[in-house]
Amino acid sequence: MKIVIMGCGRAGGRLAGLLDADGHQVAILDTDSYSFRRLPSDFHGTALVGNGLDESVLKRAGIDEAGAFVALTQGDNRNVMAAQIAKHIFNVPRVICRIYDPLRQELYSTLGIETFSPTKIFAEMLREKLES
Amino acid sequence: MYIVVVGGGRVGYYLTKALLDEGHEVVIVEKQAAICDAINDELGGVCVRGDGCETAVLAEVGTDRADMFIAVSGEDEDNLVSCQLAKHKFKVPRTVARIVNPKNEVLFKKLGIDVTVSSTDIILENIEAEVPTHLLTHLMTIRDRGLEIVEIKIPTNSSAVGKAIKELKLPAGSVLPLIIRKGSRPVVPEAETILQAGDQIIAVTSPESEEALRTALRGS
Repeated sequence: MKIVIMGCGRAGGRLAGLLDADGHQVAILDTDSYSFRRLPSDFHGTALVGNGLDESVLKRAGIDEAGAFVALTQGDNRNVMAAQIAKHIFNVPRVICRIYDPLRQELYSTLGIETFSPTKIFAEMLREKLES
Repeated sequence: MYIVVVGGGRVGYYLTKALLDEGHEVVIVEKQAAICDAINDELGGVCVRGDGCETAVLAEVGTDRADMFIAVSGEDEDNLVSCQLAKHKFKVPRTVARIVNPKNEVLFKKLGIDVTVSSTDIILENIEAEVPTHLLTHLMTIRDRGLEIVEIKIPTNSSAVGKAIKELKLPAGSVLPLIIRKGSRPVVPEAETILQAGDQIIAVTSPESEEALRTALRGS
């Protein structure tokens, strides 16, 4: 499957490496080329410098043929906007979006975007560990 | 009317000032403490410090009873999220977003933002209008109808000069409701009206037939 990832931070870089190793066709975007140091040395995919909110950058990353889009930048709003561009403008079949703010995450999941909040998941996980 | 404004930059500040002068009840939400203090000093306690993309902050300023919600920060993504929160969480009837990248207009419309104002487009149009060789100036867009009102100046070398309106090959869907001539009253043109060099024509057209209209009036 062709997968476009926006944001090459720790999570984005790692996910790109894993998906690449599984044989997927991965394109990863970041506004800073220095972030691509996080990609594994044997990464076969495409690393592109550019803003994922820009439709022409998304097109260059091959979003027209992508089966999935994942938004993993540090900015909740940037992720939300990119995810909605992928879903509503490019009709990408599967769009996943990270939103740190649990309240915003709830809103966007009711608006039909597949979202997850690391804040919420991590807090719940820690509670479980502490209470068990 | 109760209006919530997000973003206390220059646009937010002058907008709030104008809305207050018109007698509306207005609150500005601004992230930076220093800007908040400056606004409160000048306009009286209208500014609340906080992130306009956070549900708790919008709840605190009473967004649920707002008649209108206007997001004018300098970041398109922040304005989008603020407006979506206002619309979906607080059911504000009218949401307005400032956009910097004109391309985002389509997306914002699709996502239910009622009005988008592209500062970039407005600046471009105003500057374009000052370029003497620029033939066609956008005056206004009639939203939801896919029409725009434009102004066209007939250059001296145009092949349309001396022709009657009915002789022009105007694209379907374009009308010329008004001609403004130097030294005379504005004319509502008829089929027999002869065009003169220097005429300013106000036309209603669709963006698709704009190029054909331009060609018909400039001649080629």
